[in-house]
Amino acid sequence: MNTALINMAMQTTLAAIEPRTIAQRAAESAHENLWITAGYFLAAIVGVALLLSFLGMALIYIERKVAAAFQCRIGPNRVGPWGLLQTVADTLKLVFKEDFVPQMADRTLHMIAPFLALLVPVVLLALIPYSPALQVADLNIGILFITAIGGFGVMGILIAGWSSNNKWSMIGAMRAGAQIISYELSATLALLVVVLFSGTMSLTGIVQSQEDGWWIWRGHAAGLCAFIIYLVASTAELNRTPFDIPEGESELTAGFHTEYSGLRFAFFFLAEFINMFTVSALTATLFLGGWMPFHIGDWTSFNSAMDAIPPSIWFLGKVTAIIFVIMWFRWTFPRLRVDQLMHLEWKVLLPIGFANLFIAAIIVLANAYPYPVAGQ
Amino acid sequence: MSVQVRTLDDLLHAPLDADSELTTQEYLVNMGPQHPIAHGSLRVVLRLDGETVKHVIPVPGYVHRGVEKMCEHLTYRQIIPYTDRLDYLSAIMNNWAVAKTVEKAANIPTNERIDTIRTIMSELQRLQSHALWWGVTGMDLGAYTAFLYGFREREIIGEIFEETIGARLTMNYIQPGGLMYDIKPDFAQKVKNLLPYLKGCIEQYETLLSGNVIFQERLRNIGILDGKHAIALGCTGPVLRASGVPYDLRAVEPYGVYDKVNFNVVVGEVGDCWDRYYVRLEEMRESVRIVEQLIDNIPEGPHATIRYNEEIILPEGLHYGQVETARGVFGVFIASDGKNKCPIRLHFRSPNFNNLWIVTAIASGWRIADFISIQSSLDLVIPDIDR
Repeated sequence: MNTALINMAMQTTLAAIEPRTIAQRAAESAHENLWITAGYFLAAIVGVALLLSFLGMALIYIERKVAAAFQCRIGPNRVGPWGLLQTVADTLKLVFKEDFVPQMADRTLHMIAPFLALLVPVVLLALIPYSPALQVADLNIGILFITAIGGFGVMGILIAGWSSNNKWSMIGAMRAGAQIISYELSATLALLVVVLFSGTMSLTGIVQSQEDGWWIWRGHAAGLCAFIIYLVASTAELNRTPFDIPEGESELTAGFHTEYSGLRFAFFFLAEFINMFTVSALTATLFLGGWMPFHIGDWTSFNSAMDAIPPSIWFLGKVTAIIFVIMWFRWTFPRLRVDQLMHLEWKVLLPIGFANLFIAAIIVLANAYPYPVAGQ
Repeated sequence: MSVQVRTLDDLLHAPLDADSELTTQEYLVNMGPQHPIAHGSLRVVLRLDGETVKHVIPVPGYVHRGVEKMCEHLTYRQIIPYTDRLDYLSAIMNNWAVAKTVEKAANIPTNERIDTIRTIMSELQRLQSHALWWGVTGMDLGAYTAFLYGFREREIIGEIFEETIGARLTMNYIQPGGLMYDIKPDFAQKVKNLLPYLKGCIEQYETLLSGNVIFQERLRNIGILDGKHAIALGCTGPVLRASGVPYDLRAVEPYGVYDKVNFNVVVGEVGDCWDRYYVRLEEMRESVRIVEQLIDNIPEGPHATIRYNEEIILPEGLHYGQVETARGVFGVFIASDGKNKCPIRLHFRSPNFNNLWIVTAIASGWRIADFISIQSSLDLVIPDIDR
């Protein structure tokens, strides 16, 4: 009885704040006035651009502070209050550096590559439901789109490595190609588990399907296993330690971006951090309920207290926690070797991923969730 | 592992074999002189087939300063600061090698106090050097945090040195017939306070890296060097001992007060990178033990047996002396004509030079990443190779 009441209240709240994406609003307004449509598009573009620069600044600052904490240091503390403007200063420095292209490099591809690398995470930013009312576009094939676009990300790295005409860059690019394409399989298998559970590919749909409990524990061990596989595989796709072999500072100097300097290097750097955000946001959306608050069964007082926290704060909190875990990986683990990396993917993660998908299918068929899905 | 004599030119211009099965072509890559793994300026030319290292060609000489030639125009006291700048992580031990050779040749006596302080300082320096090496190994294998942990201990020991010696890197401390400065009254207490902390740090090193499965995968059974080849290639120090040869000058040919302290010569079993890693960690524990035994009773006495401006002329002939530094046997070979206060010829037998060349014997067939592990496990200091 109580649950039904809460569900009703929840749905009323959701309806009240009009959970429509910016793309939907733009499409609706197209019948009335094209200027409004254009305004929505402009708002989306400006919003994403602002988010991009804010995320870049914030994540780099957080990364440096987290690293400092792990390494018994203080971290940036000179430029601005608590060193907050350090990233701004660094960016300014990079802006004023010479835009250098090696003489024997493939000039066009060399200049395009950083933009390709940055394009993918930016496109993915548009799909993430930040809160019920804040999402640029909610595609009904969301997961498929993410997988397709995410796979495109390796192109920027491959082109950068190839066009630099540097053997270290080339080795790095080849490593990145092998690594990202391999780990994409495991990541996709983990995503499919959630698609099975929720029965939809739309990201908002997936978030709403977790109203009664997040998939990480509502899906029994299969959900938890998928979560871990996705976190590992996507860390590998991010090229971050312990899977940073394409950059492999002590091996390949800087890997695929050895020949990049100034803003073009900054783009690769930014792409890595935005990628980290999108991966964390997707993990939070798929496994940790996105903007859904944390609820415990029928404990009304606790649940309503949780509901009082705005959805966007929930989302941000979950994303921050995952980002911290990924940074934690980076500042504690050594780097894997290339063949060990391939071994981990093809002989460990992939079989587990397939078995996990199978178990998840059985759970869905038997409808054996700890408690029934809302509305059924 | 047959040894063939070929010039650098031969090696660089040898035909690049094409693999008939996969139709891949070998290619040459310069690792260094500017490369994060070089830890200085060491150039290594790698002949690669994809990721596999086919041949390693070390090309040292980028920090060659002609130290040995310069020493022909310097008195024996003036040679001491030059040895600081060879293996700068074993500066005090290098000083000791020159002092020991000169003392033996010119019959300059030392006393208990001098020997004890020399031994304590050397072991502290060994701890400092191994702490830094541990951090750098972590960094080479991608665990950047380890680097700063290693430096943390290095700084703390550096402060002890600074208080007594006034320098943190180039010590110029051990002189023929004594020490440059006497220790401060609270030196013993400070070192005693430091030792439990260092023990804790070694345990922390173990928990941070040694137990990590990725770290072990990267080091175990990589770059195996057996004892026979280690001796044939003339390598010394932890690299030799990791191959199972219990050769440590401190034990087999004791100098200072090493014959009065108890310590184990740590040896490895397999001779792989992991053994070279673990031998050094164990050596740190042994160094702490040595200092612990000595620090409580430093004998009283003068800290120098001869005046600083006393002219030292070695008798005519060839003189050789060697000590065990953090990286192996550092030897000083002096030819004197018996008339001049400068040597007529001087040669340093540096451990790193010999240790470097084992990469040509053991690195072939491994991956690029394994080459990093191997080179990191050798703990090379480049100015010591080039001199």
